[in-house]
Amino acid sequence: MRRDNEETTCSDGTVAADDALPDAADERADRKRTVTFTRSGVRDGFVKCVPVSLGVAGYGIAFGVLAQQAGLSVAEAALMSATVVAGAAQVIAVELWADPIPVALVVGTAFVVNLRYTLMGAALRPWLRDLTPLQAYGSVFFMADENWALTMGELRSGSDKGAFLLGSGLAIWAFWVGSTVLGATAGATIGEPSRYGLDFVLVAVFLAIAVSLWDGASDLVPWAGALLVAVLGAQLLPGSWYILAGGIAGFVLEVARFES
Amino acid sequence: MSPDISLTPVVVGVVAAMALATYVTKAGGLWLLGRIDVSERVETGLEVLPGAIVVSILGPELVEGGPAEWGAAALVLVVAWKTESVLLAIVVGAGAVVAFRGVL
Repeated sequence: MRRDNEETTCSDGTVAADDALPDAADERADRKRTVTFTRSGVRDGFVKCVPVSLGVAGYGIAFGVLAQQAGLSVAEAALMSATVVAGAAQVIAVELWADPIPVALVVGTAFVVNLRYTLMGAALRPWLRDLTPLQAYGSVFFMADENWALTMGELRSGSDKGAFLLGSGLAIWAFWVGSTVLGATAGATIGEPSRYGLDFVLVAVFLAIAVSLWDGASDLVPWAGALLVAVLGAQLLPGSWYILAGGIAGFVLEVARFES
Repeated sequence: MSPDISLTPVVVGVVAAMALATYVTKAGGLWLLGRIDVSERVETGLEVLPGAIVVSILGPELVEGGPAEWGAAALVLVVAWKTESVLLAIVVGAGAVVAFRGVL
């Protein structure tokens, strides 16, 4: 998925040229509109994303259970899923959740974890800029990893369905919110969590996320650096700041060792 | 028991701030990256961030665990790797940790 992203922004010469003139509105008007925004595009995106959404729903159930264990009500968990729409950031947030809520840490970590969306949104620019601002900026609200990848595949294969991102995103959103409610409701009926190994669920979720994020041996150095800083930071830093410290250590290592 | 549908103002505020921070990242690429240049160097750094953060959560968590947690964690890795199913990995992990805690 990440390599996809790079190809899209780098390999298309016309895209790069257009990007150099972002404000040339008159030039844009001259260009033929090639991307449409139609009801059938929304429907097509929705239908094609349903199988992927079923997988997302499994994740959503887990998030709902964890949110409930962290002390969020069903309504609060559902509200988070409906407005944040970012799986990993939400799971991390409920991991950090405490009384009182460490607001700066929760919001800051969500922002840093989600910084990758900036690149994903940028990769969609060549198509989304043919839409009205409301259509484009409305659609990206529903952008998640899964439907972003699906939409990139669709548009790069020559499709003109600019509403595909919105349609596929609506499918993700519906399943994500619905499964969150299911998980949070079910979580409340479970008594002693450790009896069923539920205290281990969070670790299991993050392990599964780590496997899906693993991009090969090139990740080894930044991940090892992050791990080391986090384990040391857990001893030395207050609260859960070691998580952010480890993440930033991984970023710095990767930037420092970069060779073009 | 009926589901808890209460909303605490503080929680709603934190959720709203998270939603805003997340939306800024999603819309930011569309808006900003046409206006400034992000070097390839920074791009690869940003790509590595989510994984680095997930590892940072897991590290201390597993250090604090014992053989039962480590064994279950290894099993979760294998299942997630082979099946790519988060739900299956969780179910296997939760089952394994209970079993291992009983034995180890």
